Amino acid sequence: MSQTKIAYYPGCTLKTTAKNFEDSALAVARALDIELVELPKWNCCGTVYSLTDDNLMYHIAPVRNLLRVKQMVRDELVTDDHRMVVLCSMCYNALKRTNLRVKENPEDLQKINDFMYLEDDDYELNVDVIHFLDLLKEIGVEKIREKVVKPLNGLKVLPYYGCMLLRPKEVGIDDPEEPNLQENILAALGAEPIDSPYRKVCCGSYLTVDNKYVVVELAYKILSHAQKAGAQALTTSCPLCAFNLDNRQKEIKEKYPGFKNIPVFYFTQLMALAFGLSNECYGFDLHHTKPEPLLKEKQLC
Amino acid sequence: MTKKIELAPENNKLCEKICSISGEVVTMCDQCGTCSASCPMAAEMDINPSEMMKMSQLGMEEVLETKAIWLCASCFTCVVRCPRGLDLSKVAEALRQIKLRQAEDHMDIKKLTIEELEGLPQIALISACRKFTG
Ligand code: SF4
Ligand code: SF4
Repeated sequence: MSQTKIAYYPGCTLKTTAKNFEDSALAVARALDIELVELPKWNCCGTVYSLTDDNLMYHIAPVRNLLRVKQMVRDELVTDDHRMVVLCSMCYNALKRTNLRVKENPEDLQKINDFMYLEDDDYELNVDVIHFLDLLKEIGVEKIREKVVKPLNGLKVLPYYGCMLLRPKEVGIDDPEEPNLQENILAALGAEPIDSPYRKVCCGSYLTVDNKYVVVELAYKILSHAQKAGAQALTTSCPLCAFNLDNRQKEIKEKYPGFKNIPVFYFTQLMALAFGLSNECYGFDLHHTKPEPLLKEKQLC
Repeated sequence: MTKKIELAPENNKLCEKICSISGEVVTMCDQCGTCSASCPMAAEMDINPSEMMKMSQLGMEEVLETKAIWLCASCFTCVVRCPRGLDLSKVAEALRQIKLRQAEDHMDIKKLTIEELEGLPQIALISACRKFTG
């Protein structure tokens, strides 16, 4: 079967604190006969979709990225002619919502295109923004299961969704109240997905910058409920959730000395592990709570 | 049953401004409280989200001085649950914007230590700047 080549938008954080997310996702995609082709030229999407109705300025950055896909199709860099895959949940949400907004408001799109007059092309609404989890759903759990060489037997994982993958409904990749995309993948890998209402509760997001103790409280709640439900680890697809749930364990421990650290993975790291891919793509050095002791205990590394 | 909310003319202005920045008709809120019950930040807020809506309906300037508008993390939990189909995250954004557009930043990035700046992911810094600075 020939390899599918599809446009891929990384976003800033996947090149730094979430490099292990990018590395593991690209390797997993390759194992599934998909090449995620990075946009040759991309810019920050702004991270948050602008919620004001009267200011178009903040929608320009996301639209500029969408525009790049057309060039990639023309240059035959991709075989999928209309989709762009995103890994980071925040970028996904910002890009997807902006795309929807300009689709629904042709006048806004016209103004944005006029503003970007130095670009060779106009954005012509020819792109669908999808999350890597959408793509994995399309590939199907059967194919994922076939690739597993090291089943994650006995590993109990809480699939954490947070906000940006699920809400609002018009961009959510799954049911906002009862998501199961990550659960299905974890089960295909041989792990045991754990249920907790906290898998959809906000981690405090960007409040971590100027009000980190609000985040510490929320992260403590999410993690300790996960542990009570039996989870030994969590998965996420958001580098900001990962920071709040993993790195903020330092502050949690200071405030609640009885707290037991728990590793937080990107779901793609667990896929790479189960697929037996080269450990160069795991990037466990970037974790605050090191996952190796748990993985050793489960004889997974 | 007809519900009618009479606004004093001097308060109309703020209410109108909130509606025009957010694109939401805040007077449609019937104070059911679903948002307040769903909000993960409500415990930390000085007024809860449905009160934020009520004060916006009434055009009460005091709403601009609440901590709550800065604690809303745009998590959209209330948005998927509001039975009136209102988007409270947009109302909170409008309230923040009213302050920020008067050049009143809520956060001073210069106060962060180098260590903090280096440790935080870019998406955290950029989104905080987008939400808390003008
Ligand atoms: S859930 Fe909607 S209708 Fe109910 S109080 Fe909140 S904003 Fe008003
Ligand atoms: S969007 Fe804001 S007000 Fe609504 S539930 Fe989330 S934090 Fe609360």
